[in-house]
Amino acid sequence: MAQETEEGNAVSSPSPPSPSPSPPPPPLPPRRKVSGEAPLQVGGQLQSKPTTAVSSIDISTLSFPDGTRGTFPTPSVGSGPSPLNSGYGTPSRDSSGDNLTDSMSVMSLAPTVRAPGDLASLVAGEFNRKSRAWNLLRSQSETVQPFEAIESGDSSELSGFEKEFDNIPENLTDDVRLSMWQSKMKHYLILSSAGKPIWSRHGDLSLINSSMGVIQTIISFYEGAKDPLMGFTAGKARFVVLTAGPLYFVAISKLGESDSQLRGQLEALYMQILSTLTLPTLKNIFVHRPSTDLRKPLEGTETLLSSLADSFTKGSPTALLGALECLKLRKSQRHAINNIFLKNRAEKLLYGLIVAGGKLVSVIRPRKHSLHPSDLQLIFNMLFESGSIKSGGGESWIPICLPAFNNSGYLYMYVSFFDEDGNETQPKPSSTTKPTSSSTPTIPEEGSPPPQPPPPPPPQPESPQEIALILISPDRESFFPFSSLRTSLYNSLTKSTHLSLIRSSLASPRPSISSILPGSNPPPISHFIYKSRPNVQFVMSSLHPLFTSPMARRKLMSQYQTLHAAMHAKHSHLKVIYSVGGDCASLGWVTPLFEFYCVAGPNVSRQAMTEAANRVVKWVGREEARVFIIGGGVF
Amino acid sequence: MADSGAPKPSSSVKLVLLGEAAVGKSSLVLRFVNNDFQENKEPTIGAAFLTQKCNLPTRTIKFEIWDTAGQERFASLAPMYYRNAQAALVVYDLTKPTSLIKAKHWVAELQRQASPGIVIALVGNKLDLTNDSAGGDGEGAGVGDGEDARKVTTEEAKSYAEEEGLLFFETSAKTGYNVTEVFTAIANAIPETSLKTARGPGASSAAARTEEQRVNLNGPRDPNAKEGCAC
Ligand SMILES: Nc1nc2c(ncn2[C@@H]2O[C@H](COP(=O)(O)OP(=O)(O)OP(=O)(O)O)[C@@H](O)[C@H]2O)c(=O)[nH]1
Ligand SMILES: [Mg+2]
Repeated sequence: MAQETEEGNAVSSPSPPSPSPSPPPPPLPPRRKVSGEAPLQVGGQLQSKPTTAVSSIDISTLSFPDGTRGTFPTPSVGSGPSPLNSGYGTPSRDSSGDNLTDSMSVMSLAPTVRAPGDLASLVAGEFNRKSRAWNLLRSQSETVQPFEAIESGDSSELSGFEKEFDNIPENLTDDVRLSMWQSKMKHYLILSSAGKPIWSRHGDLSLINSSMGVIQTIISFYEGAKDPLMGFTAGKARFVVLTAGPLYFVAISKLGESDSQLRGQLEALYMQILSTLTLPTLKNIFVHRPSTDLRKPLEGTETLLSSLADSFTKGSPTALLGALECLKLRKSQRHAINNIFLKNRAEKLLYGLIVAGGKLVSVIRPRKHSLHPSDLQLIFNMLFESGSIKSGGGESWIPICLPAFNNSGYLYMYVSFFDEDGNETQPKPSSTTKPTSSSTPTIPEEGSPPPQPPPPPPPQPESPQEIALILISPDRESFFPFSSLRTSLYNSLTKSTHLSLIRSSLASPRPSISSILPGSNPPPISHFIYKSRPNVQFVMSSLHPLFTSPMARRKLMSQYQTLHAAMHAKHSHLKVIYSVGGDCASLGWVTPLFEFYCVAGPNVSRQAMTEAANRVVKWVGREEARVFIIGGGVF
Repeated sequence: MADSGAPKPSSSVKLVLLGEAAVGKSSLVLRFVNNDFQENKEPTIGAAFLTQKCNLPTRTIKFEIWDTAGQERFASLAPMYYRNAQAALVVYDLTKPTSLIKAKHWVAELQRQASPGIVIALVGNKLDLTNDSAGGDGEGAGVGDGEDARKVTTEEAKSYAEEEGLLFFETSAKTGYNVTEVFTAIANAIPETSLKTARGPGASSAAARTEEQRVNLNGPRDPNAKEGCAC
């Protein structure tokens, strides 16, 4: 993997740090998080394909949405980025331990440092080794798509991913089952600090009891040393540990996520447990009986934990970015829906949401409260990923703790789906099937003669298709008022045809790159994700056709995870990162307003990617009020 | 009495399902409401509210059904659902003796805490897992082949039900055996007086609730009203 990184203040960089070959000066602390996964990358977990040399034409300016331009120093290809500037420096273990204070201990790093040297120098060496002829050969095929190797089956690091979510059958011998267990690329374990197993994603607890025991011993050993274990590497697997109250959470990943990303996933599992129990209850249980078996009080939460864990393993933009996706609607339509919602609002309503296929349609809330994405992630997981509520039919009334809102008490959540049965009572379902002209004049087709993408876009159920109404109250007696709210809201939305607008928007796919960047065929980039930081929401392009398979989607998300990790490493000041590997090129760009990540085929030039990035960012600027909920309905 | 042309009088009955986790409460409701069955139904979280009409010769009953979660951690919420209920379906799994014990606890709690006139039906579900010929009249009982998973005898449960004055049924949500019968029997067992203020189909839940509260003030119903419908 060749990494070229450019850092410095994006808008005005008076003193661009120049690549310095000298040993690390004190002011810049080490890039701990990225280095934590360095061995994995070097070991070929993620993107170890032979790299193409980066072209020597270096783009050193990027324009920003506010019209300013930033310039960036470009390290010369020959020298390679220095460890510090690259963000891939390995912390020097010789420097005083104080440098490593933030979250990982010196001790816990020890097993990680298997690979000598640092990633940056390895990378530089690697890409310099590529011969000119090889590069020439590679560049002949300009339209190589990202991850083409997947199709030809030589994607060794992800081989077996199709079986990742299969159950381990109970009727096989323990040896067979254990080896199946070991072949999973991702494990999550939850145990009590007394060592009692609570939950694991794969394998029943009897199968993995001994592993749990080992892990508990290791963790508690370090805990005694007042130097908690944060993570370690064993073979190809990265272990990350999170201690939360009386519980241990462990993630074991062969997918190359960074420590902080894995820790974020573990935190989400912890949030799910709090959502079931609340923090005071959890604490109480263990204060009174430290050896309590938590499985009983958590009964039924296993499926939620599993679907949450699987969404991380499949690759969840929501989890990666801590942001939500919205259903694309015209500003005026969303405004009208918000107003209808507000008009029908019941007393004691705290939050009201309309969610279609996991995407936000409308939110109403009191002025002084906003919703936290991590809470919404739990709700969406419950409603859309696990079947418990969906399959029940009818209306649900669910006590739920939203830990980011208040981890010490329950709220009551009303849920009802506006679908099938609703369709029957609806006199004119005609507009629900095909996108009507009123609903999606999505792309401003300025000056581009053929606005239609050549092939008719195939039906694309990238996400579930249900429309859910969610009403949250602190009052457990609010069910019936909310039930009548549902009826009146449903009637108003149907009468005003907004419900069919929502349905048709839901049925139409996410925007394709070729519709956003008309005029270039093939489009220079293959996929992008844009996160609006102020709105805590993201928009991304269609996964069709390149990234629809679970494996390709996983690869794409891994790519984004790598970019994201590099840019969010503590003390990283990266603003732009461009990376080329054997099977794709990728670009990350972070400003105070947004985070942008995109992926292209391996031979797409950096210039082309940068231009495309700028155009996409402009497009989002134009579409902002449609692809994001800005503010929502406030009462 | 309604003649053929006029709509029959209709009234709402609030019904709650209680019972240990995984005995098949949601499956019974799904069978009754949608005539459907799901092999791997996920546990209910909180409670689900559904409605279904039941046509009797002389009137229409609209059941307002609370399908509660059987998992222990939701037990403390149960009073919220049975508080104003006119009928309760207490379900056990006849392949699992502990579930009958749990069912008896629910019956005792209802008799102590719920509205005095509440009509209670005790239901042993998963009859298709037994050898009884009765369970097989649906789309073919599951296991068959001589294996009998029954752990609770009909006699034991039935005599308990009689002692306590409960309706009693053995059902299979899977085959549909006896499911509508349970609900029809309950509809028939609801005392006429508590249905007096019948409304049209549009009767709101809130209205139904106040109606029940009024009814509850009338004191205990006559338990004999149930006898006629027991199996
Ligand atoms: N063979 C058989 N299986 C059944 C029957 N009824 C339910 N099941 C199965 O038993 C399991 C539990 O059924 P549910 O309807 O979810 O049970 P529940 O009582 O609602 O469970 P909670 O919601 O957790 O309280 C599911 O896998 C059903 O498919 C039945 O009559 N026969
Ligand atoms: Mg249920």
